[in-house]
Amino acid sequence: MSLDKVLKYTSASKTNPYAFDDDENFLKRDVTDNISHFDFKFAPVLKPAEFAKSHIDVKSQKDSLIKLAHGTTTLAFKFKNGVIVATDSRATSGNVIASQTVKKVIEINPYLLGTMAGGAADCSYWERELGRRCRLHELANKERISVAAASKLLTNMVYSYKGMGLSMGTMISGWDKKGPGLYYVDSEGQRIKGNLFSVGSGSTFAYGVLDTSYRYDMETDEAIELGRRAIYHATHRDAMSGGYVRLYHIKKEGWEFIGLEDVEDLYYKYNNQE
Amino acid sequence: MSYNGTAIVAMTGKNCVAIAADKRLGQQFLTVDMDFQKIFPITKKTYVGLPGLATDVQTLYKSNMYRLNEQRDIEPKAFAHMVSSTLYEKRFGPYYIEPIVAGLDKNNNPYICGMDLLGCMDVAHDFIVAGSADENLKGMCENLWEADLEPEDLFETISQALLNAVDRDALSGWGGVVHIITPNEVITRHLKARMD
Repeated sequence: MSLDKVLKYTSASKTNPYAFDDDENFLKRDVTDNISHFDFKFAPVLKPAEFAKSHIDVKSQKDSLIKLAHGTTTLAFKFKNGVIVATDSRATSGNVIASQTVKKVIEINPYLLGTMAGGAADCSYWERELGRRCRLHELANKERISVAAASKLLTNMVYSYKGMGLSMGTMISGWDKKGPGLYYVDSEGQRIKGNLFSVGSGSTFAYGVLDTSYRYDMETDEAIELGRRAIYHATHRDAMSGGYVRLYHIKKEGWEFIGLEDVEDLYYKYNNQE
Repeated sequence: MSYNGTAIVAMTGKNCVAIAADKRLGQQFLTVDMDFQKIFPITKKTYVGLPGLATDVQTLYKSNMYRLNEQRDIEPKAFAHMVSSTLYEKRFGPYYIEPIVAGLDKNNNPYICGMDLLGCMDVAHDFIVAGSADENLKGMCENLWEADLEPEDLFETISQALLNAVDRDALSGWGGVVHIITPNEVITRHLKARMD
């Protein structure tokens, strides 16, 4: 089967009128929209969304409900040399630490990263789906998707399930023709462009550290250290965040994985030097 | 139990007992203090651990000190009964505490006792656990504890039980303290732990 068939592709794009993205007409040009997609099965009741929400509530602490992993600190910020993305690695279910080794950064493609907060399953499913659609965009348009367009794809996907209990707060970051890009996208349908975001139960602590030291014209080393410290301080004060600090740097050539550092080592490193 | 977060454990050994606790004081998922006292000395050979609501930890400790104004040491068993009746006095508006009493009696026999928040006593020959990490602690103790441990071995056992239990509980940890009560002295040691 040819690519054209897969994409149900017409001649319209041969001249590639969609040079680079401007958000306004993006949906009309979304070739991936033509692909028949998965349909989720709903409960055979009058209000399936209400039914699902009453049994699966990501934010709830109640015992009777199906509990999903949550509790997080994630952050991302733009600076002169690109974007820094940092997360913790803890998953809690009630007060039980379900895991200390969660990967909350989702590598959508070599130029795009997504972060994970809220429902782990929702984030990993929809950002994987986003990755698929970004690849199709690339094949159809013979160029990489912009961060603006990618984040809008995700917003539109989750918006169609609004009110049905999806829970995700994510930052889509990457590098495109316009340079570094950073968007906050959540399951309520919000999509915000910005220089600095933090999401999750530990975000208030991370913002405290970020806001005191953040400057756009930081050097790369300084920016990485700021990301590390912000996550570290959040894990220290927030019971639902902890484990390891995971760091990424996005630059022109795509993202680079900086490292994975145990918070226990960081604590004793920071406290012996002071 | 899960508003402030606690992990307290007591164990018996050969002519010695140990009691250990974490140091965290939180308000739900916000960590407020990392050096909060949860174990209190009653006599030279009796200690009490008070896991539960922090405000009641401090009230209950004070009201018991008030009652201990005799000019002689109380036996751990008698003290446990006293705590128990203090709790039952508040049967219809209880203190949210599940105390653990650990000590050596006048013949230096180990005595450990746990209670529910109304004062129902549970005297054990092996170990007692309480707090938000109680299930984790129970699992650790069930595996690690053995009879007739010497003080140093008992220290190692109770420390490992505590540290590994709190590492799987979001609401407790941030350091620990261990008291080993022997006929001649009480050895107190502070444990370094993960601070997240």
